[in-house]
Amino acid sequence: MSTAADTPVSMPPARSPGVWQLAWRRFRADRVGMVSLVVVLAFFVMIALAALGWIAGDWQAEVGEPYAPPSWLGAPPAQAPAQALPVPQGPPVDLSDVDPLAPRYAEWAERTAQVASHEPPRARTLPLGGDRLGRDVLAKAIKGAQVSILVGVLAAVVATAIGTLLGALGGYFGGKVGDFLEWVYNVFTSIPGILLIFAFAAVLGRGVDTVVWILGLTGWTGVYRQMRAEFIKHAVREYVRAAQAIGAGRWSRMFRHILPNVSHVVLVQLSLLVVGFIKAEVILSYLGLGVPVDQVSWGTMLGEAQNEMLLGHWWQLAAATAFMAVFVTAFSLLTDALRDALDPRLRGLE
Amino acid sequence: MLLEIDDLHVSFRMERGALVHAVRGVSLQVPADRTVALVGESGSGKSVTAMSILNLLPDNAQRRGRVLFEGRDLLQAAPRELRALRGRAIACVFQEPMTSLNPVFPVGRQIAEPLVRHLGLSRREALARAEHLLEEVGLPEPRRRLHAYPHELSGGQQQRVMIAMALACEPRLLIADEPTTALDVTVQRQILELLARLKERHRMSMLFISHDLGVVGEIADEVVVMRHGQVRERGPVQRIFAAPQDAYTQALLACRPSIEAPPVRLAVVDDHVARRVHETRARPKDPHAPVVLEVQALCKGFRFRQGLWGRREFQAVQGVSFRLRRGHTLGVVGESGSGKTTMGLALLRLHGPASGPVSGSARLHGPDGAVDLLQLGEAQWLPMRRRVQIVFQNPYASLNPRFTVGQTLVEPMQIHRIGATRAEREARARRLLEKVGLDAAAMHKYPHEFSGGQRQRIAIARCLALEPEVLVLDEAVSALDVSVQAQVLSLLKDLQDELGLAYVFISHDLAVVRFMADEVLVMKDGRVVEQGPVEAVLSAPREDYTRRLLAAIPGRAGRRGSARAD
Repeated sequence: MSTAADTPVSMPPARSPGVWQLAWRRFRADRVGMVSLVVVLAFFVMIALAALGWIAGDWQAEVGEPYAPPSWLGAPPAQAPAQALPVPQGPPVDLSDVDPLAPRYAEWAERTAQVASHEPPRARTLPLGGDRLGRDVLAKAIKGAQVSILVGVLAAVVATAIGTLLGALGGYFGGKVGDFLEWVYNVFTSIPGILLIFAFAAVLGRGVDTVVWILGLTGWTGVYRQMRAEFIKHAVREYVRAAQAIGAGRWSRMFRHILPNVSHVVLVQLSLLVVGFIKAEVILSYLGLGVPVDQVSWGTMLGEAQNEMLLGHWWQLAAATAFMAVFVTAFSLLTDALRDALDPRLRGLE
Repeated sequence: MLLEIDDLHVSFRMERGALVHAVRGVSLQVPADRTVALVGESGSGKSVTAMSILNLLPDNAQRRGRVLFEGRDLLQAAPRELRALRGRAIACVFQEPMTSLNPVFPVGRQIAEPLVRHLGLSRREALARAEHLLEEVGLPEPRRRLHAYPHELSGGQQQRVMIAMALACEPRLLIADEPTTALDVTVQRQILELLARLKERHRMSMLFISHDLGVVGEIADEVVVMRHGQVRERGPVQRIFAAPQDAYTQALLACRPSIEAPPVRLAVVDDHVARRVHETRARPKDPHAPVVLEVQALCKGFRFRQGLWGRREFQAVQGVSFRLRRGHTLGVVGESGSGKTTMGLALLRLHGPASGPVSGSARLHGPDGAVDLLQLGEAQWLPMRRRVQIVFQNPYASLNPRFTVGQTLVEPMQIHRIGATRAEREARARRLLEKVGLDAAAMHKYPHEFSGGQRQRIAIARCLALEPEVLVLDEAVSALDVSVQAQVLSLLKDLQDELGLAYVFISHDLAVVRFMADEVLVMKDGRVVEQGPVEAVLSAPREDYTRRLLAAIPGRAGRRGSARAD
């Protein structure tokens, strides 16, 4: 994020702690922040393993009985065998009169006997239960985490990049450029968000990448507003004037001087957007506008859970909700801790 | 004895349990009906001492000792007791009137609030009293001002409102923490006179905190000098000025340039304390040195939008002309809003082209002819950036906090392709740091690790990296402590002697300008009202405005001992 990072200083290691190191020191002292960081990192490790296929690679496998309950609930009581039909009373009838295929049943049965068929035993219970097809809810939740978090993070990166670039241009140049960007911003914010998302979804179709673009293209406005304000504030600061006085060009002033100084705002906005977009993806998928049917996300799980709830199978809903709640809460707390650690007022700058 | 502080210690708990001792065993007394001044540089613990009286310190402060107010120990007092005292028996006036007033309430309401709370007046009575108070602090049209919002008042008027608020409940002790530091000299004089008058009339005591010995000499009966959290010297004001005993007090008095007889060199506190003496030889200036910068009829306006389509223009600088010779210094003085900073920025074209029109000419003379700085396009400006540089007022804001000092110094060399390799540039940066009196180890540190004076040295080194001919110093020492100011001024003089730099020295401080400058421009409302050699203008001013500026310098009247008895 910081463009200052691309000017490495090949120096002896006597370099003093920079602003980032000081922030990290403050962050380390924040116990809630550290715990949430560990939780978030654990999620990211899980996603990496899932993406490599080491865990939850076979989430589509129908390993349990349909609607297998979670293990700790125990197997359901064996259902009483279907009640025997009452013994027919009428006279025997030659089936071939009714069913023209009846004479061939024996032949088919004979041929079927020659083909080895293998029906794996289905588990009566699964760790977190099974869905309609008997797929493992735990594997689905893990695989769903991969899609949901990936969508959230990528969309937040797209939205932050757009918002930062436009905010920097609008805030630094002002004048006609600023007016034009304000106009674009006003158009975007005057349309209700969900309507805008539907419009993009209708045009772009379904798919994970589409969801990323939809959320990214509609979610940049908040970042834009903040970055514009920051750039307006910093553009007249003396260090930027001093950079201009030594002859630094416009782009250098904007992205080499100002951007690193407002990067804490970018970072906090980014993490807020990640949380928001994960929730947005869930809503989109729930409405059927999100990820395609051959993939799973927390949103599609919640969508399926709607029907299951009618049958009293609550575990898919619970699993998706718990995963999402833990991740989103940890991420929000992490964001809070980040903001505290990066607060520029503590640096004695302002 | 109204207030008695006895062996006060204040320390702050920092991160990871570290303790910072800000005040170490301070004792002082404020008798009834007297003004005691607490003097010291930043970090001396003077404000912390004053704030600990009413416990206005942050939560991580620990206090030890005794603070007796009318015989009651305030360190042991319950929060409720303290609240009853605050604003009622002890009132405070702070440095920044702009941030001390609540911007969303009219000032009348803010004055009336303590009256309603502490004295139990009705709202109507309180407003009537507020009007009376505003009249007493000398605000014209007090009835109309009751309904004014803080931003509608000037800085001096805001400070008057703050004083009115402090006086509202007739306190027995007024704590004034640098009440005039943010104000212009002429306004400062008015406020000081007002405070002295009110103190007489209301028979209250005052604890006056300031870094400026000149101001203190005007208002105080007794002076307490602090350094590093300890009292260095105390005594009646006449004795402190006439016969200071402590080396530090002597140094403080010595390192302030005097307007009547500016020294050739300024003393620096540490040298003075260690009784080191520098050679004091003035290098005579060559009156026929070549002219490097010739400005004629410089005007700079700003455009504002007004209404939907309307545009209004405001002339910030009008018709400024001067000639600056190599190795000479032009002082530019004036009150805030006089256009002196705008003039400096216009010379470097640091205002955006959209901000407003510039006219006139600023010809920079060089070996290959003259260039008009105001006519150059963006691309042609780049080589000129090497020749004209600027140092800003606030050393805390003018360095990029995310760059190490090394990066800050190497950047201009990269832009202008000075030095072939990175190593060469870094070696040059180290030499620059030594030249401005910093250790080369500073290369890898960040600006926040340096004090204000050191940061200003880094900013000067950044300018020197480009080997400029003209250096615009925009209030370059105004934000610094007196002793640090002396060091930086001496550094600037040395650099001028060594490198033949020409300075445009912008300052509101006439004594500093008298010390630095060869010629002076006095500006008012964007125009030059008086111009000429510095001795002539400041010792025999022709214009009324210049005379007013001179008369307002604190310390002049005080040491003559005349103006205080009104």
